Amino acid sequence: MATYQLIVNGERREVNVDPSTPLLWVLREDLKMTGTKYGCGISACGACTVHLGGIATRSCIVPISHVGDRPIVTIEGIGQDAVGRAVQAAWVETDVVQCGYCQSGQIMSAVALLKHTPRPTEQNIEESMGGNLCRCGTYPRIREAIKTAATQLTKGGA
Amino acid sequence: MPSIRAALLVAAIVAALWTGSRSEVTDANTAQGLAAWEQVYSVLTHPRCINCHTATNYPQQGDERRRHVANVVRGPEGKGVPGLNCAGCHQETNADSTGVPGGHNWHLAPLSMRWQDTNDRPLSSAAVCRSLTDRSKNNNLDGPGLLKHNEEEPLVNWAWNPGHRPDGSMRTLPPLTHEEFVAATRRWVEAGTPCPGR
Repeated sequence: MATYQLIVNGERREVNVDPSTPLLWVLREDLKMTGTKYGCGISACGACTVHLGGIATRSCIVPISHVGDRPIVTIEGIGQDAVGRAVQAAWVETDVVQCGYCQSGQIMSAVALLKHTPRPTEQNIEESMGGNLCRCGTYPRIREAIKTAATQLTKGGA
Repeated sequence: MPSIRAALLVAAIVAALWTGSRSEVTDANTAQGLAAWEQVYSVLTHPRCINCHTATNYPQQGDERRRHVANVVRGPEGKGVPGLNCAGCHQETNADSTGVPGGHNWHLAPLSMRWQDTNDRPLSSAAVCRSLTDRSKNNNLDGPGLLKHNEEEPLVNWAWNPGHRPDGSMRTLPPLTHEEFVAATRRWVEAGTPCPGR
């Protein structure tokens, strides 16, 4: 066991866990932040996506010992900035969600995309969201919501 | 002036012998360099190296060199794209508890350094050698620069410390040790980085 000081959604948190524990399980089990979901456990589905040091990261395969002092943003904290709020609003407006299990990861990847590419093309969306699977098949609505959020952000809204 | 003629004759013979000897030395040196290159090539085309020297829009993984899972794509700088960045999984070091390899600045080699064709077949020894020695393609590295790259670059060194697969087994290593690889590179560089003819 080892003690780690984490910065999660802007707050300092301390955990005492085995160094090999994936970040996902520290968030869910130790910090009781269950918005981030367990899907495949091998970084193949994207359900566990969080932002680590600003990079969309698959938390299921990153041991806590690799996190260091990089800030962590989870779905619980995604509404703390304008891009996150715009994506949240677009998701609601477009009624994207069906079962919802994958949507935390979808939103985290969408926000990462829009922070780097404010006016994404179809190809940008396809490539950036390509690692996030949705068994309900909400992909058309996800693409529409990303475009809506991008439009809103470039108009200076949100 | 028979003595002058004799002296000139002797000088001509000595010069011819010296040139011939130098030519033999050069040929032997080139042959040794080419032999060293083939050793280098055997490492470059091992999956630990060539999986990230693709000619396509994606990296490969595994000894069978399958397309990388999760629809990972190259991206404009070889580091993936915003929602699917290499660093989103590959950390600074291997994560043996989860089986994900890692190293500093994990990324794909640029397309100018592709060592495969677009059908994922390794290029010939001659083609890889020509590419590697073309300073317009290799980040302007000369022979000593190539040697330094093979000796010190973290992602090159990673090939000899690739960590465990998710199932706990060790990833396979290139056919030479890193020391042997560097020594072969040095012999090739000292021979003037000769490339096979075809």
